[in-house]
Amino acid sequence: MSTLLQPHELDWYEASARERVAGLLDPKSFVEFLGPEQRVMSPHLAQFDLTGAFDDGIVVGGGRLDGQKVFVASQEGRFLGGAFGEVHGAKLLGLLRAARDGAGRGGPERDGPRAVLLLLDTGGVRLQEANAGELAISEIIRAILEVRSAGISVLALVGGRAGAFGGGGIVTACCSRIIVSEHARVSVSGPEVIETNKGVEEFDSKDRALVWRICGARTRYLTGGADRYLKGSTADFREATIALIPHAPPFGLAALKAEQQRLTERLQHFGDCRDAPEIWRKAGLPEPERIADITDDAFLVIQRPKGADHDAR
Amino acid sequence: MEQFQVRGTAKGRAGGDRHQAITGVNASGNLEVLVERVLPEHECLVDIITAVTGFRGIWEAVIQEFFERSSPGGLRFSINDGGARPDTVTLRLMQSVRLMESAP
Repeated sequence: MSTLLQPHELDWYEASARERVAGLLDPKSFVEFLGPEQRVMSPHLAQFDLTGAFDDGIVVGGGRLDGQKVFVASQEGRFLGGAFGEVHGAKLLGLLRAARDGAGRGGPERDGPRAVLLLLDTGGVRLQEANAGELAISEIIRAILEVRSAGISVLALVGGRAGAFGGGGIVTACCSRIIVSEHARVSVSGPEVIETNKGVEEFDSKDRALVWRICGARTRYLTGGADRYLKGSTADFREATIALIPHAPPFGLAALKAEQQRLTERLQHFGDCRDAPEIWRKAGLPEPERIADITDDAFLVIQRPKGADHDAR
Repeated sequence: MEQFQVRGTAKGRAGGDRHQAITGVNASGNLEVLVERVLPEHECLVDIITAVTGFRGIWEAVIQEFFERSSPGGLRFSINDGGARPDTVTLRLMQSVRLMESAP
């Protein structure tokens, strides 16, 4: 047994949804809500001749992080691309509402979670139950904003194989803080969707380097779409999450106006760029063509362009 | 899609005190196994839902061999299968028994 990797030693990208939760939280602190033994599964997939998952592809529950109470949701990106269906979405929505309501026991000040951690790994909405999935996404967005308005931070952790696309990309952008590793991709329309609609000349979804330059973690981090870039072990995600929870910005009209202003300026500065290196050149970063290829260590010492480090979330 | 059940008898009670465990993911060429300690000591049972039809005979052979090798008495296994190969099925079943033997 001693030769097995411990949960916190696992690579986030390789780990399952359950392994990520185990490695992120304090050992043995996690209590799952609606666990697989309850078999709360999709009622729709059988019509499409698809077999389901006992947890419908998402693990939700409560636990401790560095001693503090947190709620966690973790998507399994290998089951139907981590996509949102009716049950999958309802589990996340219920978790957020429970956080908002202080888990029904004394309110947020006394017994509610300090933060909600969203371990996103999703292609977006499940095509087989798309209406339910889209509704779930919009309800989840509202719930995130309600949780944040109640003074509880919501953090997105992205570094799985499915990335955070479609509604998952919007959900990410609604969080108080966003943590990414190199594997992360965050966007709304995925590369295949853009290619299908606009043609391969517009976007070649098989060009992996292009995909990562446009929606990958490094680009998101340098343009202010992510707050922390890390090397990608589960321990790295744990350390960064502990460090960021106390510094999550408050949410309200002032934050939204500041974000609107920041994005307007970003569009003015970089709106005519066709690819990420053009942005880096305009922003005055060293060796713009090489930023995608350098090691994580070399990348992490780059000074981010002005405006990328911000509280407008 | 096909759904069936394989029952067997085990030489003895599966080790450990854990009540349940889950391993694997329902993805292409993979499967998830949920195992629960809910049966009398010498009984074992596997419930299977598989994306691929027509391989029931192979499933039964693989599972009966697993019953003999692992002696998983008292355990009910529930499988969501995404078209895993027989060796992967055996591996996941063995993993799930190992998990039940580990500390909770």
